[in-house]
Amino acid sequence: MLKWFRKKSQEPPSEETRTEVGEAQAVQAESDSSAEQTQEAQGGFFARLRDRLAKSRERLADQVDRVVLGKKHIDATLLDDLEEVLITADLGVQTTRILLDHVAERVKRRELQDPAKLREALRDEIQAILSVDAPPFDPSRAKPFVIMIIGVNGVGKTTTIGKLAYLIRRSGLSPMLVAGDTFRAAAVEQLERWADRIGVPIIRQQSGADPSAVVFDALDAALARQVDVVLIDTAGRMHTKVNLMEELKKVHRVIQRKMPEAPHEVLLVLDATTGQNAMSQARLFQEALGITGLILTKLDGTAKGGVIVPICHELKLPVRFIGIGEGMDDLRPFDAGEFARAVL
Amino acid sequence: MFDSLSSKLQKVFRHLKGYGKLTEQNIQDALREVRLALLEADVHYKVAKDFVKTVAERAVGQEVMRSLTPGQQVIKIVNESLTELMGGTAASLDLSGKPPQVLLLVGLQGSGKTTTAGKLAHHLGKNGRKPCLIPADVYRPAAIDQLITLGSQIHVPVYPASSQDKPEDIAAAAVPFARENQCDVILVDTAGRLHIDTELMDELKRLKGILLPKEILLVADAMTGQDAVQVAGAFHEALQLTGVILTKLDGDARGGAALSIKAVTGCPIKFVGVGEKLDALEVFHPDRMSSRILGMGDVLTIIEKAQEVFEEEEALDLARKFREDAFTLEDFRRQLRQMKKLGSLESILKMLPGMGMLKELKKMQIDEKALVRTEAIINSMTKEERRDASIINASRKRRIAMGSGTSVQEVNQLLRSYQDARRMMRQMMGGGAKPGKKAKKKKVKAFFPF
Repeated sequence: MLKWFRKKSQEPPSEETRTEVGEAQAVQAESDSSAEQTQEAQGGFFARLRDRLAKSRERLADQVDRVVLGKKHIDATLLDDLEEVLITADLGVQTTRILLDHVAERVKRRELQDPAKLREALRDEIQAILSVDAPPFDPSRAKPFVIMIIGVNGVGKTTTIGKLAYLIRRSGLSPMLVAGDTFRAAAVEQLERWADRIGVPIIRQQSGADPSAVVFDALDAALARQVDVVLIDTAGRMHTKVNLMEELKKVHRVIQRKMPEAPHEVLLVLDATTGQNAMSQARLFQEALGITGLILTKLDGTAKGGVIVPICHELKLPVRFIGIGEGMDDLRPFDAGEFARAVL
Repeated sequence: MFDSLSSKLQKVFRHLKGYGKLTEQNIQDALREVRLALLEADVHYKVAKDFVKTVAERAVGQEVMRSLTPGQQVIKIVNESLTELMGGTAASLDLSGKPPQVLLLVGLQGSGKTTTAGKLAHHLGKNGRKPCLIPADVYRPAAIDQLITLGSQIHVPVYPASSQDKPEDIAAAAVPFARENQCDVILVDTAGRLHIDTELMDELKRLKGILLPKEILLVADAMTGQDAVQVAGAFHEALQLTGVILTKLDGDARGGAALSIKAVTGCPIKFVGVGEKLDALEVFHPDRMSSRILGMGDVLTIIEKAQEVFEEEEALDLARKFREDAFTLEDFRRQLRQMKKLGSLESILKMLPGMGMLKELKKMQIDEKALVRTEAIINSMTKEERRDASIINASRKRRIAMGSGTSVQEVNQLLRSYQDARRMMRQMMGGGAKPGKKAKKKKVKAFFPF
């Protein structure tokens, strides 16, 4: 009955589905890693950021404009084209359908007739979903304020911690890093470089140590040294690996035992290039630990990170920060309106 | 999370029974479901669209095979097309020519290049090659340390680069380093970079010019979404990739990116990363990937597992017995034992596709212990009883029940299942009776006598 599964075709792939690749956008390259950036003027940072966001926005805007332009009515083809825009932004089939159904409903009720207004309406919907009601990110409300950074492999946890520590230090608080990723080769060293670069203390043990023990000692140190914010790095782990998730829960328990109020923030780092699987990541990490917010990294590429829309919709988690590069000032607070405009 | 594609298609085709041919109209709904399944699996919008169109052309007019429902027929076509598109059979590395040959690993940040470099070196080492590792990632803090650590774990020489070096200089030193260490394969780990970062992409082009690699492999995250098309396209355009390594397939990502990447670059996917350990690198099987993208579970794995267990001779022997209607309780017991060898029922069920199917099977309440009890019952019979179940009368049943620690009811149940199984075999072997829906249900019952 299942024989056809084994059937292998003899002929070479005849019709290859070739897809046009969007012209590679020439965002001017920066050697972000240079330490000189610390000294870079504020103006430079914002100009660069504006530039980056503008470029991706321009491209997208074009796409939507092409779709909307010259249309007098909102019809099925127009909605189809919008579906493509939303799905290619990784919003997912379901969310896209919900959004478009809403719009179609409004068109039917004649509230919405002008194709040009359509984009506004969709943006508003997206912004509304992303504006999750949650207490603000305020590391000064406790001392020490403990932040746990979690996520799957390769989303940029360690880099994000470096950037977050820099942001916190600039706000006048004293951060401390905890090298809780004792598994990946040289992860501790990587965080150490960050600590050196920003000039903040780091608590580490040798590679292979029990992460819970590292965290336990680190919290002692944090209390003794009176630091304001403790940033805990954890090893990347697939959300489906039960044992590794248990290990993470243990770290969480150890923190709680030491300080009943902590961790004050558990931030899940998501890679903007990730597709619908981010949904599953968020669900399982949420189930295991209870996340307080999201950080969306790698938004400086061509990926839109639209998967946070269904995630925010389902789990009601606020997006705390976005990562837009490898420099230490390339982390910034999330703005739902801006994000919605970048998608559409 | 979502129903499997097969159960969805089953629903679509429920009202279509009796059609002998697939027509444009009656497959339209089915293809809509296929398209959604592909999009849910992160296949790029345009790739999915084109693919569905190809399938439609291929499917229209095909006769539905007698043994399949229209839904199954569509899945069959979809699965075949998908497998074909992803390269048909597994592709291997091309390391021909005068050693040392160079493999260049490229990709975005966090796609797993460094870990993959280590795994690939380990894989090549196991296959009689002598690889060395060249760390050309001077940007990410401690990336070189990471590769050196990995190298020492698998006893592979690593070029001692420093983060102050220029990648071009490291590349130039690669071949002399390999010669010095008598290595025949050079694996170059490059820094993760954005495909739109012209400066770093130019650096890769320069590295390519220096190293003249035999293979340029794009390391891509299996969880990548719609952006995979942009990324792979840009890397391919800049470097003319020769292959792809898909990482992080040990999670629950459906891996539609594999299809997008293949469609855009035309390059075969050569390996998949399935874990953090250094031996967690496997050869890519397009057929398995296609059923994963479609959400049909890894049916192949279970088939292979089953094949290992059911030795051919035994199977032939069994088939003969079916034909001669000589299927005894002894054979029945042998089947049970084979089922036990196959692994726990639950683990097999997990490999089977679809939540929908699982639900149905759960209703049957499969109990591992029942297997043991069933075997115990058969063990408590005499040889004569096993060969000819008809001699088992009430008194014998009582003895068997006591001997196996079960009850007469359970013995009866087993005997009934056995008779059902036999009847089924007779029907199937008879050929005339086409197993309709009813028969199929019975078959399942017969093989799970509990």
